[in-house]
Parts: sequence; C-alpha cells; structure tokens
Amino acid sequence: MKIVESWLREWVDPDLGSEALANELTMLGHEVDSVHVEGEGLAGVVVAEVLEVAPHPDADRLRVCQVSAGDGTPLEVVCGAPNVFVGMKTPLAVPGVTLPNGLKLRKTKIRGVVSNGMLCSAVELGLGTESDGIMQLPDDAATGVGLSDYLGLPDTIIDVDLTPNRGDCFSMLGIARDIAALTGAKLKSAGVDGPAAGSDSVQPVGLPVPEACPVFAGRVVEGIDPAARSPLWMVERLRRAGLREISPVVDVTNYVMLELGQPLHGYDLDRIAGAIRPKLAAGGESLTLLDENTVELSEGTVVITDDSGVIGLAGIMGGLSTAVTAETRNVFFEAAFWPRPFMAGRARSYHLHTDASLRFERGVDPAGQARAVERATELLLSIAGGTAGPLVVEAAEDHIPERPAVRLRRARIEKLLGMGAPDGDVERILERLGCRLEREDTGWLVTPPSYRFDLEIEADLIEEVARMVGYDAIPKTTAIAATPLAPLSESRVADDQAAQTLIARDYQEAITYSFVDAAADEAISGAPSQFVLSNPISSELGVMRASLWPGLLEAAAGNLARQQDRVRLFEIGKSFHGSLDSPTEVLRVAGLAAGPSLPEQWGAENATVDFFDVKADVIAILAQSGPAESVEFVAAEHPALQPGQCASIRRDGETLGWIGKLHPRVARQFDIKPTVYLFELDADKALAAEAPHAGTVSKFPTMRRDLAVLVANEVRAADLEAAVREAAPALIKRVVVFDIYTGPGIEAGLKSVALGLILQETSRTLTDEDADAAKAAAVQKLQSDFAAVLRD
Amino acid sequence: MQDLDRLVGAASAEIAAASDLPALDAVRVRYLGKKGEITALLKGLSGLAATDRPAAGQAINRAKQTVQASINQRRENLESAALAEKLSADAVDVTLPGRGTATGGRHPVSRAMRRVVEIFRRAGFSVRSGPEIEDDFHNFTALNIPENHPARAMHDTFYFPGGMLLRTHTSPVQIRSMVNEGVPIRVIAPGRVYRCDSDQTHTPMFHQVEGLVVDRGISFANLKAALNQFADRFFEREAELRFRPSYFPFTEPSAEVDVLWGEGKWLEILGCGMVHPNVLESAGIDSEEFTGYAFGMGVERLAMLRYGVSDLRTFFENDLRFLSQFR
Repeated sequence: MKIVESWLREWVDPDLGSEALANELTMLGHEVDSVHVEGEGLAGVVVAEVLEVAPHPDADRLRVCQVSAGDGTPLEVVCGAPNVFVGMKTPLAVPGVTLPNGLKLRKTKIRGVVSNGMLCSAVELGLGTESDGIMQLPDDAATGVGLSDYLGLPDTIIDVDLTPNRGDCFSMLGIARDIAALTGAKLKSAGVDGPAAGSDSVQPVGLPVPEACPVFAGRVVEGIDPAARSPLWMVERLRRAGLREISPVVDVTNYVMLELGQPLHGYDLDRIAGAIRPKLAAGGESLTLLDENTVELSEGTVVITDDSGVIGLAGIMGGLSTAVTAETRNVFFEAAFWPRPFMAGRARSYHLHTDASLRFERGVDPAGQARAVERATELLLSIAGGTAGPLVVEAAEDHIPERPAVRLRRARIEKLLGMGAPDGDVERILERLGCRLEREDTGWLVTPPSYRFDLEIEADLIEEVARMVGYDAIPKTTAIAATPLAPLSESRVADDQAAQTLIARDYQEAITYSFVDAAADEAISGAPSQFVLSNPISSELGVMRASLWPGLLEAAAGNLARQQDRVRLFEIGKSFHGSLDSPTEVLRVAGLAAGPSLPEQWGAENATVDFFDVKADVIAILAQSGPAESVEFVAAEHPALQPGQCASIRRDGETLGWIGKLHPRVARQFDIKPTVYLFELDADKALAAEAPHAGTVSKFPTMRRDLAVLVANEVRAADLEAAVREAAPALIKRVVVFDIYTGPGIEAGLKSVALGLILQETSRTLTDEDADAAKAAAVQKLQSDFAAVLRD
Repeated sequence: MQDLDRLVGAASAEIAAASDLPALDAVRVRYLGKKGEITALLKGLSGLAATDRPAAGQAINRAKQTVQASINQRRENLESAALAEKLSADAVDVTLPGRGTATGGRHPVSRAMRRVVEIFRRAGFSVRSGPEIEDDFHNFTALNIPENHPARAMHDTFYFPGGMLLRTHTSPVQIRSMVNEGVPIRVIAPGRVYRCDSDQTHTPMFHQVEGLVVDRGISFANLKAALNQFADRFFEREAELRFRPSYFPFTEPSAEVDVLWGEGKWLEILGCGMVHPNVLESAGIDSEEFTGYAFGMGVERLAMLRYGVSDLRTFFENDLRFLSQFR
C-alpha cells in the first residue's frame, strides 16, 4: 500500500523525518518496499494564467500564448498542447529551470518565435505517468505562486508490504494508529458525526442473510451537480496513492477507503429498484460489472440485489446497471461489513482483484461503516453540493464478530520472549493499541479493539508487546539443551561422500529443475509421467522427472553449444515414481560424460570417453559401500540407452541403477551430437553399507599362474572369471583379466582372453604342484563350460 | 727414499689424470696391486737390514696410504660426477602439467546448503527430510494456514490434479518431525521447494533450510542467539542482523531477519518465529509446557551473498564456465 506522507501526517505527526518514519514502519512489521519523493525539482515552476492564445505563424500545431506569471509582465510562450485556452491556470517553467525529467529550459526560438518558457504537462513535472496536454490547475489558483507550494510538494510516498494479518492497516488511519501507538504521538480523532440531514430521503435496506452482511450503512445524497469535478487536493492525494480521478462520487469513495480503510460503493439512486438486500447467490445468475465484464455467479457468493435482481458483487465490484454516470444527480452511498469467511478467495474465483476485495479478504473494522458513510457524505456535499438524507445503519448485532477478551499472563511474556516487561510498559503498550485491560493476579484480561481481529491468543498479545518494545531490545540468550551424542551410522555412505568421489573424478555438480518436459521425460523413462502439473510455469517444465537424465542432458546440450567440448556433470536429487495416489520419491545420483575422457594433455592419449571410463566412475562410488567384486553389470535394455552398450547395475540381486551410452534417437531429441555416457544410481540402495569385518590375512606367499584361452566373442569376461574361481575355490584368491585380443592370428568370431590366477593358502606355502593343479582345473572348467581352447 | 717420493709424485699425477673409473683402477693396480710398484717395495723390505726395516716400512706404508687416499678421493669425485651426469639426463620439465584427470566441483547452492546444515549439525541438530510432492494438510492446514487463508495466495503453489501439490516451503518437515519423534526436538531440514513464479529474482524451484527447536523454556531470545551465531559462522565474520516483526501463520511472534550488507543495505535472509501454539497442538504437543522456535532460510540468497553471485538465475543454467568457479 502506498502511504502518502502528507496525508498520514494529518492523522498523526510524530517527531520523525521521512526516512526515520519509513524505518519505524519497517521495524513495526510494515516492510517498506520503496520510499519515493514526489515533486522534487519544481523550483522555478509557477502557477501561470494564459492571457491570449494566437496561432503560430509558421506551424499549424503550435500556438503562441501570452501568459502571466504574476509579475505584471506578460511572457510570450510557444505551446503545442491542444488543450490550452484563454484563462487557463497552468504550470509554467521559465528558462534556467531543470525539470524532473531532466529537460533543461532555455530561451529558444521555435519556428521563428521566441518562447520564454514552457507550459508543462503532469508527466513533464514528474506528477503522473499519463497526461493529455498541459496540466490544468483550478481557476482559483493564485498566479505566480510556486507550484510546489500550491500542490503541497514535495511529498513522500512510502510503499509498504502489509502482512496478510494486518488488514486494519490498509488506510492512512490504520497506519497512523500503529505509529501513534509506537511513538505516543497524538492520533487525530476520527469522529463519526456527519453533516446534518437536509431531507428525509432514505434508500430502504434489508438484511435477509445477516451472517453474510451483519452491518450495512447507507446515506442518500440528492441533487448533486453532475458537472462538478473533484478538487485538486483530493485528485493529487489519490494520484499519489496510485488512483486516478474518475468522478466526484467515485473519487470520494476511493478517498474515504484510503483514508479510513472501509471500502464504499456509490450507486445512482434513481437506478435502484426498491429495497437493497444482500443475499447469497443461488447459482445460475449472471451480472454485468462496472467494468462491463459479465460474470456467472457461483452459489454462495454474496451479492447485492434490488427488485430487479442482482446489482453488485458484494465487497468486490458494483454492477453496471446501478453505476453512477455523468448524468447522475442522486446518489446512494453504501458501506457494508462483509465478513471474511464469505470473502476469502471469492474475488480470485472470479479472476478479480480490487482494492475493496483486498481489504474485505484481510478484514475491515466491523465498527467503521457509519463513519465512512458520514465522511463520504461530507466530502461529496462539499464538492458537488446536494442534499443529504439521514444516515441509515442496518445491523444484526448477533452476527457482528465479537472480540473476546484474551488472557495475558505476565510470566508467559518472559517465557516466550526470554525477557520480561514491566507491568506499566505492558499496560501502556496495549492501551495505546486500543485494547481494554482488566488487571488480574497473573496478568491481564485484554479486549482488543474491533479492528484488531488478528489478536486472538495470548501469543498475539505478546507479539504486540515485543513489536512495540522493539525486537532489537530482546536479548540474545543461547539455549541450554541436553546434548546426547547423535548416532553415527555406518550403514549408509553419505551422499556427500559420493559427491566428493565424483568431484575427484572430474565431475561438476549440477542442479537441474525437478520438473521437465513431458516428451523428454517419456523418452528417458519409457512411460508417460504420472505427475503432470496443473499449472506449470511453462510446458517445458510440465512433469516431475522420473530420472535425473533429462535435466543433465539439457545442461550438457547447453554447454556443448557454448563450445565446452568436454562435459562431465553429476546431480544428486529426487526422481518421482508411482502414482499421484501414492508417490514415491527416490534419491538418485546420476552422472553424464561427453567428449574426451581426459582433459587435453601432453602425457596421455586423447581418447573419447567410453563405457569403461564411466563404469570405473560408478565403481568408485560403489566400492565405498561394499566390495567392488560384488557389483554386477548385466547387459540389458533401457529406453534411453543404446543396445549393446547398456547395463543394469546390480548387487546381491538388487538393481542399483543403470549405465550406458545415450541412444542416438534420444541424443537427437536433445540436439546432442557427441557421444554421451550416462549413469544413474538409486542412492539409498547403492550407498547402503555395512561396517567392515576383518578376516584372516594369510602369512604365506601368493603364487601366480597365467593362462590364455580362445573363446567365442559373446562369452562374457565375468562368466570366465566366475568359472575359474569355481574350479579351485579354496586356492584362487583373485582373478584378473589382463588382456583381450581379437585380430590377426585369431579366427573370426573368437577372442583371446588372458587371465591371471592369484593363488594363496592360509595355512601353508603352496607348491608348484598345487598351483599347476589349480591352473589345470581352471583350464578344464573353461573347456567344458565355454569350449575354450588353451593358447600356448 | 727419494725414489719413494718420486713414486708418490708420479702416482698422484696419474691419479689426477685418470678420467674415468677404469683408468683410475689401472693406476691403483700399477701402484698398489699385487704386482704394483709400492707393493713391490713392501715385498722388498725383507732384503733390508733388520735395523733399517722399521723406518723403511713406515715410509713405504705412509706412501701407500697417501696414494690410496688420493685414489679414494679421485674415485669419489669421478663417481659423483658420473651420478650427476646420469641424473641430469633424467631431468624433467617440472612446469608440464600433471598427468590424468582434473577435478570437478560442488554446485554453489549445494555448497552453501551443506555449510548451513553442517553449522547446525555441529550444534546437535539432526538432519531430516520430507517429501517434495506434499499434501495440502502438511503444507498448509497443519501449519495454521486453513483454506482461503490470504497467506495461501502468497505461496504461488504448483498443484497436481486431485489436490496434491509441490511443497512451497520446507516447513511441512516441522510437522512430520514433531509427529514422528515428539519433543524435545532439534532438527534441520534442507531441501528443494517450489513456487509458481519465474522472473529476475524468482526461480520456480529453489532451496530452503528449515530449523525447528522445541523444548521446555525455549524463547525468542534463544532464537535470536541461534541465528546471530549462525550468521557469524556462515559468513565467517561478525554479521549484523536485524529482526523485524513479520507474519507467518505458523509462528507467533514472527520475524524476518535481514543482514547488514555493503553500504548500510539490509538484505533479507530468512523468516522465523516462535512456533504457533496451534501448530504444536496439531502435532499433539502441549503448548503450555513446550515452546519452540522455527526458521526457514533461503539457500540461494545465502549462496549469492557468500560467493558473490549477482544473478539468481545463473544457479540453474548449469553453465560450466560459471560452475567451474566453485570447487
């Protein structure tokens, strides 16, 4: 909300400068968004009167004007504005003045005519964002007076972000109340007395649904001058607060709303048919609003009706059929109390958001209606004349929200804040805030004022004490807590450790969005997502990812496009599985490698990353949660990976994740040209670990026997290894594959595999005979299982 | 005796002239070998008169030692010269880069988040997590944000058909932790959160760290101490904080906290407050006996301040040129 400082100071005038005032607002919980000074740099701009207007001899659109700046000597000024006329009062800037928009005025010749100054528009003076022509000042503005003085400028506009609990602060009065409570400065009293009735005219009002409208205040004003315009001071205040001049009736309702916080509505009395009755919409009706949009009314919406039907959306916007127009002479002002439960979310449901709905949703003072109508009547009579009927207030006392007393215990203040407050301070603070206090042994029984419906429980009152004392005054006291030693599990390798392992292996951590493009997600996971957002930020971020790969691939594509030829990224984050009824979130560790396996260097061959580079990276993680030998890579198929270069990663029969080469079809989808390898692990499974358990270390030397066999190409290294182990399980400690060869000298379809057998006994030194026997057993096993042929 | 001096002189000259180890050994053989000239003199002692023998023997032995010492000295010189030559041939250009792979790095947001968590973990906070696809109850209702509460409109929630949503804050973890573990409790909950908002200063996904302490006798003063200490530790300097009144439905009193940055600028880093009695009660905790504080901090903002990042959006562009600045 925009607070106009000059307006606020009419209500409370503390001994604080603008900046200090803004700071106090922030420290009261009304966070200041911006502080803007209006009307600076207007020195040298004065009120001038246009004495003569003549056509420019040399330009159709320009006029040559004689203007008086009050010093008796008319000045000749060239003006291009179409709205200039003889007798007009308008701002004049003379040579030497620099306008707020940076324009420096000089005496210039315009098409051969000397111009001794410039007649200014509101925009040129920094007093608005739109204007049609030069600014017209009231006829009674004194010629020669400085414009700043005349308009009460400069003025400071303090824009505050009100928190949703403080609907009572949506007005100059509301803010003034808080400032008065804080500083002790006197608050201008907002008396209820309005102008005396000049007629008996009333608009009948009924309250058939009192719970939806417990208070309805209204007053008739008849015979206003339809040609009247709102006075400049009011238009200026509205403008500074962010509202435009519309008509005296509308301007008055806006003005009173900004001043007192109570939204009002002005009807054309002659267009109301019979009695006004607020009701609940039954559904199926429609209403054309002031803004000429028609809405279908949903059941339960509070509407204003007359004998003709629905004529307004209560607390949101009036209807077109009873709106005031340029011809309106007879007016009915409405100020109602629409309870929050009926207003919450209602405007939003019609895609509307108005100054009135904002206030009613947050809550207005149920005791403020009469005063608002009286103020509006007073203002309208002074602007547009007319005769007022008597104030009419229909109220259903039973349905006006009560402000129940709240018990505040002295000891609880200290308990919650960590700092006590002297009784006198507590009483002064709460009384200044408008509360009624009743002393008790343990503290007070506090009745908040009608407008502070946010004060519901003891903690709310304690916050008020803290707010007024200042949060700064509360000490910093380190809490004393029991310090039991926290558990430190060895059953799970930390995510951080997996991250550090990948970082050490030259992967850069990425963080990608958890929502991804639906097509990308389906291409990777092979199934349409079960988690489609109803209101995505964009269609490319429409579904929750089933894999971290879409995000990593997109990041890789971006980097490759930025001339990064070597991309290695990893991410640790959740993927989403199951269904909306029972979602499962799985923490995953995923990585991507593209480009050379090593950074370009002198000391190593420059090879493109391949399956085995990435496999080693995966093993580096898994080896921390269990023996590397226990991890199996099983050739398998995955929708995102290229067949033949794809494996599921398993341990103890459980799938931990996937590894492989990105399928060219998917690569095209992501617009990636280089070869990409990917892996993804289920973190909780892959990092599940056990504390190590030491076995016996043999004191006896190891022996080694090497053998090379020819086997069919399809035979897998892991199977050969397993068979060899099985041949002499007691002796063979380790099997290494130290060479794979195909090519000249080897029959097509076959490959040579060289295996090293590391043999050891725990109880004795092995003999050559033992080792040879083990090797022979291995060879025999390979021959029988794989038709392997021993090479010499 | 003159012969002996001449012999030593000649040997010395030859030793000095020996340019390598074989040449030196030849000199040694010539003078000190079994048939060497000095050896021969020693052998010839037996032909001398008994009275002359001791003096002659002493002189010859001295000569022998002198020659031997010279040979040893020369050998050492030759050997170290040879070694030096060998080592010099083995020299490398130490300025060439090391072989093998480089190292990657942490994402700055995860780095900052880890730092936040670690600071609290060391003070005895346990780390908790919760689902990112949440239900309305945990994200709103249990946090004292009933349906149609104005605070809901400020949350810009992402919804799924049927009413499930993406959590808008890490606060639901408060509820889950209190219900699961009871009190006293001291937990920290880092994680991703989502809001349907995207512009220069908002990304639809970001990170928060939630903190919750509930015990007997926990006060706002304790909250102030904890957060001030946190800021000092996180920024590794005495950070000046400002607590301003604010409003969150799930805390009362509530505060937003700014840190003084640069030239007198206050930058908001977190929201906090004393846990609202309704929240405690909805988790089955007696709000008369127990009080607590909670806070939620934006990790991106902390990372921006700590690591000098000026544009929030760069965090999720994953540009290696940006990321590689963080180790």
